[in-house]
Amino acid sequence: MEAFLATPVGVLALTVAQAMALLVPLLIGVAYLTWAERKVLAAMQLRKGPNVVGPFGLLQPFADAIKMLMKETIIPAGASRVLFILAPMITFMLAMLAWAVIPVNDGWAIADINVGILYLFAISSLGVYGIIIAGWASNSKYAFLGALRSAAQMVSYEVSMGFVIVTVLLCVGSLNLTEIVRAQADMWFIIPLFPMFVIMFISALAETNRAPFDLPEGESELVAGFFVEYSSMSFALFFLGEYANMILMSALITILFLGGWYAPFDIAPFTWIPGPMWFVFKICFCLFVFIWVRATFPRYRYDQLMRLGWKVFLPFSLVWLVITAAALKLFGWLPGAV
Amino acid sequence: MTQQMLAEYFPILVFLGIAAAIASAMVGGAMLVARQKPNPEKLSAYECGFEPFDDTRRRFDVRFYLVAILFIIFDLEVAFLFPWAVALGEIGWFGFLSMMGFLGVLTVGFVYEWRKGALDWE
Repeated sequence: MEAFLATPVGVLALTVAQAMALLVPLLIGVAYLTWAERKVLAAMQLRKGPNVVGPFGLLQPFADAIKMLMKETIIPAGASRVLFILAPMITFMLAMLAWAVIPVNDGWAIADINVGILYLFAISSLGVYGIIIAGWASNSKYAFLGALRSAAQMVSYEVSMGFVIVTVLLCVGSLNLTEIVRAQADMWFIIPLFPMFVIMFISALAETNRAPFDLPEGESELVAGFFVEYSSMSFALFFLGEYANMILMSALITILFLGGWYAPFDIAPFTWIPGPMWFVFKICFCLFVFIWVRATFPRYRYDQLMRLGWKVFLPFSLVWLVITAAALKLFGWLPGAV
Repeated sequence: MTQQMLAEYFPILVFLGIAAAIASAMVGGAMLVARQKPNPEKLSAYECGFEPFDDTRRRFDVRFYLVAILFIIFDLEVAFLFPWAVALGEIGWFGFLSMMGFLGVLTVGFVYEWRKGALDWE
């Protein structure tokens, strides 16, 4: 066995096994996130939600998947065929790709690269391509407008998100995601950097096009935004990609601010629960808040959205970054200070 | 050393392969399994209540373009901040103040954009 794992084929087999061990639970998680969202929304609106297929409607995601598979794949006559097919695949692949660097427990990152956070930032920036290509290739006015809006919204909030990440990096002194979590062994960054946590959370909502920032798919004006023309599994790929990105953003918030795999208190009943469980709990909590926000707030107007991004979040996060850097420098709290 | 660094990125390549395989299998599977029965009405672009007219690829609001340009400037700024943030403990006050100078210049630009109304959407 040892000898086999040392060969190139062995390394490949091991990596594939590791990747599947992460991706399969992730895809099941995505499926059940759609179920959980409908259940939670229903509960908040005093409805029952899916309850027919299986006990508590638990088989609903699979019923949906089979339905999607049986639908006709429509490629509009005016569309650019190759790009049209490619766009949802890009979205989905990027959503999966980002997970390679996520550390679920100490040393459990599949690719423990030393620029982990930069990699995540880059991959989430590339997400815009899937949307722009979809909107362009559809050759439909609604899709095009939806894609433009979505792209402008995502890039606007990405800037403040970048500043938030840099602020956390100041306190850590490393780009490695495992190191970022280890730096929070004593105190989670949500406590000293609470305002940045709030900005990060709201930016995550905007990045994933979630309510109240779901203007790209504003049903009442754009029907469904950039994926109006999509049907069947191509539509399902967008859907899966969007929900996988939601889970990814929750994981990123967990890593940056909520102490990753660490228990909230380093005492007995909390430390009995293993690290990965804490990691999953924290992600679930973030996702619940995502859904809670959707059930609570009405949709933003586009000018309000852009004003919030450029005129509130950007200056605020920039100033907070400078204050954090100056404070760390003055008090000599910087990691690796000489 | 370089070998080691590249080896760290190998799982990402594997992820890319698996994700591409899953995505192609899903799209291809749907095309094989489902009955395809296209007709001109079904294949026309979506429009609410009437036949779609003229091409989509035409002029759009210049502000989307402006946002993209502003984004490039600020995203580059963030890209410069990454190494600075990691090394701030070692580069001393000189490093700190140089970055403050850089941020100051960018802030002047930002104030200018704001006053010119580049950030207004109405």
